[in-house]
Amino acid sequence: MLAGIIIGIIVGVLLIIFLIIYNGLVRRRNQVKNAWAQIDVQLKRRYDLIPNLVETAKGYMKHERETLESVTKARNLAQQASSAGAGERAKAEGELSSVLSHLLAVVENYPDLKANQNFLALQEELASTENKISFSRQYYNDSVLRYNNQTQMFPSNIVASMTGFKASEFFEVTLAAEREAPKVSFSQ
Amino acid sequence: MWEQIRSNQIRSVVLTIGMGALLILIGYFLGLYFFDSAFAGLVIAILVWVILSLVGYFQGDSLLLTMSRAKKIKRDDHPRLYNVVEEMKIASGLEKMPNIYIIDDPALNAFATGRDPNRASVAITSGLLQKLNRDELQGVIAHEISHIKNRDVLLMAMCSILLGTIVLLAWYGSRFLIFGSMTGSRRSSSSGGGGQAQIIILVVSLVFMILAPIMAQLIYFAISRKREYLADASAALYTRYPEGLASALEKLGTSTGQLKSANKATAPMYIINPFRKKGMKASDLSSTHPPISERIRILRAMAGASFNDYEQAYHQVHRGGTGVIPAASLAAETVPIATIKLEGEASEPNEIQRARETSDVMWRLSNYNTITCDCGAKLRVPPKFKEPIIKCPHCGRTHQV
Repeated sequence: MLAGIIIGIIVGVLLIIFLIIYNGLVRRRNQVKNAWAQIDVQLKRRYDLIPNLVETAKGYMKHERETLESVTKARNLAQQASSAGAGERAKAEGELSSVLSHLLAVVENYPDLKANQNFLALQEELASTENKISFSRQYYNDSVLRYNNQTQMFPSNIVASMTGFKASEFFEVTLAAEREAPKVSFSQ
Repeated sequence: MWEQIRSNQIRSVVLTIGMGALLILIGYFLGLYFFDSAFAGLVIAILVWVILSLVGYFQGDSLLLTMSRAKKIKRDDHPRLYNVVEEMKIASGLEKMPNIYIIDDPALNAFATGRDPNRASVAITSGLLQKLNRDELQGVIAHEISHIKNRDVLLMAMCSILLGTIVLLAWYGSRFLIFGSMTGSRRSSSSGGGGQAQIIILVVSLVFMILAPIMAQLIYFAISRKREYLADASAALYTRYPEGLASALEKLGTSTGQLKSANKATAPMYIINPFRKKGMKASDLSSTHPPISERIRILRAMAGASFNDYEQAYHQVHRGGTGVIPAASLAAETVPIATIKLEGEASEPNEIQRARETSDVMWRLSNYNTITCDCGAKLRVPPKFKEPIIKCPHCGRTHQV
């Protein structure tokens, strides 16, 4: 009788611990999903902004047809890769980021274009979207790290393997050019 | 990151309970002295506190924003500010975009308010908006967003209400006590033999009435300062760029203007103390904020952007003493400081352009119509202007209103 009660209590406690860990895993996984959706929103916003930017820049940048074309091409490639996994997608998006930053660097040679109000507004939007992409990537990777830690560390890894929680992929940008770019500060 | 929020909540709760105990003691002595019943005093003290808290909880943010004459802006009013707030919202993982307000004041300051992360607002003075470049603005906004994210806003609001109640009760209590005992018109106790005890209660109550507000204020300041360090650390983590906030604080530190619409109770809400004096000491107990110079030195000493790096930098500046970030959240490895910045920022507006931009927004928010004349002059047409045509005072061209 007493043994039965004790076993019952132990099973009950184990069940509660199991449920708490399971709910924690679900919460973390949802956080990862949300963070991924956030990146997706910003990447789509970039696809929408680029054609406008290219269109506005075209009239001023007669000698930069190649640059503009490479931007459009990289954009289309990235859009095609948007249904692929995190790793492949990150590569295409990284490529797009680097051609874009090249374009915005070239713009410095065109004072007329820089005086265009429409272009300035677009440029602010694009620069901010770039920032939002990297911040949402940052948040996504933090969320993935926390989630993966939980699926791999004891005791939550037992619950994770029993209920089919798999580690998520990081969104890494591996472009050497972007890594090495120095910090540019033009304040004042 | 979550462990640190939780552990900070525990620490703050302990301190808040300390303040609550002070409130109860005040009620106890008040009741004992005026009504011969400690219970009545307790009821009065708690009633006053509950009423003030309810007002603060439901109306606090709108009261604060109205008091500081803040104006709400939309995306189109100031795209750069809106974008920076949105960037920090994303970096911090906040679910809902906070409301953005501008305070028309040349003083440099900013604050966050709202009782929970889904109902938050960020306010910035127009002076600060035109003084800071994009990186610095990002640092300041990140600091404010981390106040929202770490749930400092509600805690500080509730603490300041608790402090306000204690100060209020102690102030009236001590006045009544002093005048009551001078004129002898105090309600006498029923038994005659209590004279000695009455005097002891009087003295103890009086001493307590004087000490309680001071003690409560010290506790309040202690909570507030810890929160400031934590918000700085979080801002560095979100932006991955501590220099942005450091350089913004430097600009804030050299300003001398005091914010007109701030008062003592709302002071901890701001990014820097609105009533600060120059040359404040590092060990100053009676300040809601750590000295700016110290905050800058810590941020500049950071080798990376993680909490761990902030903690190490803090120890470098302080040499010993307890840390500011709970150990549980320090396990995270070092996070590198971002070196990637878009070239697009090269064409960022300079300070004069920012000043023009900000003043345009302020005129528009006051319902003024702005007409740009071909000669370059800007005509501000007041909302009550009735004429259909306006003449440029500079070159004489006429414009349709």
